[in-house]
Amino acid sequence: MHIVVCIKQVPDTEELPKVKIDPKDNTIVREEVKNIINPFDENAIEEALRIKEKKSASVTAISMGPPQAEEALRRALAMGVDEAILISDPVFAGSDTWATSYVLSRAIKKLEHFDLILAGKQAIDGDTAQVGPGIAEWLGIPQLTYVRKLEVKDGSIVAERALEDYFEVIETRLPALVTVTKEINEPRYPSLRGLLLAKKKEIPIWNNDYLKLPVDKVGLDGSPTRVIKVFIPELPSKGEIIEGDLNQKAERVIEELKKRNLLRWLR
Amino acid sequence: MAKIKIILDKCTGCGKCVSSCPFSLISIEEDKAKIAVGCTFCGACVEVCPFEAIELEKKVRQVDLSEYKGVWIFAEQREGNFMPVTFELLGVGRKLADELGDELSAVVLGFNIKDKVEFLQKYPVNKIYVVDDPLLKTYRTNFYARALFDLVTNYKPQILLMGATTLGRDLAPRVATRLGTGLTADCTAFEIDGETKNLVQIRPAFGGNVMASIVTPYHRPQMATVRPKVMPRISPGTSSKGEIIEFVPDLAGEDELVKVIGQIREESDVQDLQEAEIIVSGGRGLGKAENFKLIRRLAELLGGAVGASRAVVDAGWIPSYHQVGQTGKTVQPKLYIACGISGAIQHQVGMRNSETIIAINKDPEAPIFNIATYGIVEDLHKFLPVLIKKLEDVSAKKEE
Amino acid sequence: MNFDLSEEQKTILELVEEVSEKEIAPAADQVAEKGEFPQKNVEKLASLDLFGITIPQEYGGLGMNYLTWTLVAERISRACATTGLIFGANLLCTFPLLNFGSEAQKKKYLPPLARGEALGAFALTEPEAGSDAGNVQTTARKEKGGYVLDGNKIFITNGEVADIYIIIANLDKKRGARGLAAFIVEKGTEGFSFGQHFKKMGLEALPNVELIFNNCWIPEENLLGKEKRGFRIAMQTFAAGRIGVGIGALGIAEAAFQKARDYAKERIQFGRPISSFQAVQHILAEMATRIEAARYLLYKAAWLLDQGQNFEKYASMGKLYASEAAMWVTTKAVQVLGGYGYMKDYPVERYMREAKLFEIIEGTSEIQRNIIANIILRE
Repeated sequence: MHIVVCIKQVPDTEELPKVKIDPKDNTIVREEVKNIINPFDENAIEEALRIKEKKSASVTAISMGPPQAEEALRRALAMGVDEAILISDPVFAGSDTWATSYVLSRAIKKLEHFDLILAGKQAIDGDTAQVGPGIAEWLGIPQLTYVRKLEVKDGSIVAERALEDYFEVIETRLPALVTVTKEINEPRYPSLRGLLLAKKKEIPIWNNDYLKLPVDKVGLDGSPTRVIKVFIPELPSKGEIIEGDLNQKAERVIEELKKRNLLRWLR
Repeated sequence: MAKIKIILDKCTGCGKCVSSCPFSLISIEEDKAKIAVGCTFCGACVEVCPFEAIELEKKVRQVDLSEYKGVWIFAEQREGNFMPVTFELLGVGRKLADELGDELSAVVLGFNIKDKVEFLQKYPVNKIYVVDDPLLKTYRTNFYARALFDLVTNYKPQILLMGATTLGRDLAPRVATRLGTGLTADCTAFEIDGETKNLVQIRPAFGGNVMASIVTPYHRPQMATVRPKVMPRISPGTSSKGEIIEFVPDLAGEDELVKVIGQIREESDVQDLQEAEIIVSGGRGLGKAENFKLIRRLAELLGGAVGASRAVVDAGWIPSYHQVGQTGKTVQPKLYIACGISGAIQHQVGMRNSETIIAINKDPEAPIFNIATYGIVEDLHKFLPVLIKKLEDVSAKKEE
Repeated sequence: MNFDLSEEQKTILELVEEVSEKEIAPAADQVAEKGEFPQKNVEKLASLDLFGITIPQEYGGLGMNYLTWTLVAERISRACATTGLIFGANLLCTFPLLNFGSEAQKKKYLPPLARGEALGAFALTEPEAGSDAGNVQTTARKEKGGYVLDGNKIFITNGEVADIYIIIANLDKKRGARGLAAFIVEKGTEGFSFGQHFKKMGLEALPNVELIFNNCWIPEENLLGKEKRGFRIAMQTFAAGRIGVGIGALGIAEAAFQKARDYAKERIQFGRPISSFQAVQHILAEMATRIEAARYLLYKAAWLLDQGQNFEKYASMGKLYASEAAMWVTTKAVQVLGGYGYMKDYPVERYMREAKLFEIIEGTSEIQRNIIANIILRE
């Protein structure tokens, strides 16, 4: 069985708010944000490795990005994936989700054979969750999104999908694409052995000379959507910190709730 | 291919562009700005440069899109009931249609739903497209995608909006890819560009740290999914007695590869978080899973729903559908009580439009206090029992 | 001389720091408070292959040098001293096996130790044998193709959680220290049981247990090295162990220093951060200096060991200096944090309680001074 895991290198957006004000001159000091594997993609890698351990599969990690995305692929190798491929070319820069899913799907097609494609449910920088389904559409295979549990059978998979307030049990034939949530597993750390082996492994770079994709379907030109502006949102303003002892604070809360008629459902 | 370059004569190395780049790709080298590989041409730096020293070249294309007419919204229904986001879509859809001088249509897919569709005629919709087929009884990607794709290629709307529900986020990218058109996810606001009449789609990015404005200039329909509980709901009011148009796509050709074989409900009686007027949320400050009983008790007393931060969902203390935030649900209740939640941006994005926010946290520096209407700097383990007891007293008095 | 880390070391340490920061450090307070063996931490370290760093590849390890091991142990200790000592105590088992074990013994015991599946321990200390290591009272007598052990050991680190124990016992009491021999005893052997779990001033979650040998028979294949060579095996093992204990102390000192420095920068008194007061600055400067001095004594000891050269002097100097520096740094850290430093809300009081042990184990500071004097007077 051959599993392909699509991963993305993203800035650690959890760390982004780490901006401090330098007291000397009130300027913003922005700390360097680390690049990491998109956390949900780590869950996808982990799931692929678990299937590999149970069913003897081979796992290939692919990523589309600038040259430094190679770090993310090397980490995937260190975790235990068998092969890693970086898809990178300046002409792919500026791709939106449509162009990205197109490029990734063509790259996957170049791999001789695949049974299952795994990806994280969304990337924490774009948060669109669109590339996975886009790839599935390009490849003409079924997609199962928001999967929190996956079981691989002979030629088919059974999954639990997370809906708004319950879980759906769903089955499909392979090949298929699955996007996973954090609940599916706890990703492993690479082992030292894995890290050192990964350092020596070659990660081929597939550029457009190799993929030969029409330039009007990739990059900025190939993207139907365009970002025209980026701005900092206006946040609601600070309110009041209630003072007093525990009792006084609790009484004030109740007073405010009464004022706003929010105690009418009190049971 | 787009091009960006620094006009070195104009650049003074002031560095304002450095902090504007959402991708941290700009640095100052030898007193001049330098943009590293990976630029997505978003233009943020162009805007902030006081010396107009950054030049962004984007090719402009000529495309005739005049045959695309109609503002469409996907009226998502499950088991015969319309999802609440449908009414938010109708609200914004009607506004956009009016601004464009165009018609508003709703699309309903399902089985045995023809009589339910009449309910939509109470709202100012001009047309209601219905596809009624047994294969559409429960959502499955390929049948819904086929139906929607055929509808769109047939009638050629200029805008198609869907709710960013689990269904919407599964279906929209499939259809958009097939249509070869642009899709923007999780929009929180829309505008119509005065000049081009393009739909400007506004959404949070980078975990909610910034907002992005996006357009689909050369493709139609302009597709977008809309975050539930952000846009105002339409009220029935003046009904336009919309025309119901039945459509029959050819679904027989689709493979029945995917089968829904069951449901798992882990909690009985889960209140819909996004519909709740009052939400009491718990975060890492609770310390351990058992302490959620404080949250549940308070929610029960107030007649509210239980929410959670990402940290406690990750720790497995409560199922993920309680999660509020960037990768969880967006809520807009009348009252949001955050207990033991620090309030990182990713959480704020999911609840900051609540009418009244009460935050309880023992850390006075917790970011949640920046957006809370009322802040209580206390250990929730000490404060909540006191609050609960007082509410129980008030409730007892009510009974008398 | 090149003080840089190799690329390989940098890669390894990046991963160890990531795991230390994300998993081990956040759990450290809880581990100490609950006093429960940090099973999760041990499993994490095992999954990263860390237990096999110095074990040759042919026995399932990574075949790397002691300097790398030392650098790794330092980071673990910085995050959690208890976990660091559990990790370090393991070396007291793998080191003698590697240096004195037969091929059969190495093939049997090293692989599970390398994988972290089995933990190791070294047991010499007894009620009557502390600094006077030669005064071991546990006896071993030859019987039926093996040896019978009788006696008890106290304060043994990793006791009961370990599967493989190196036991020092006396085959010939008349000859005193020259009668000692080293034996490999597995948990579960009949006649080998555990007694008291000692309650300590700090490092509550570190297992320090009494071992009881009551007519405990082990096969002759379990003799480690030669009969009557036990004292030498113990001394050599302790010398290597000193590097581990010293680096554990260094880790605590570093953690305490970081807390003190960060606190001093944020704490405002008299309208300014206390880090702007010379008195505080001098304390911090002294802390940083002692830490660096300790660091390079210990790194050099490890390097000498790797080179196959005499390392005992540096090992003793490093252990002596690092443990006394750790005691000083942690005490001063509590002072810098003032009232808050005394409160359990902050970890510095814990660091201070933890640091004390390092001046005692693996040879007290007094013994270290004896050792150093012996060596330098002979040079």
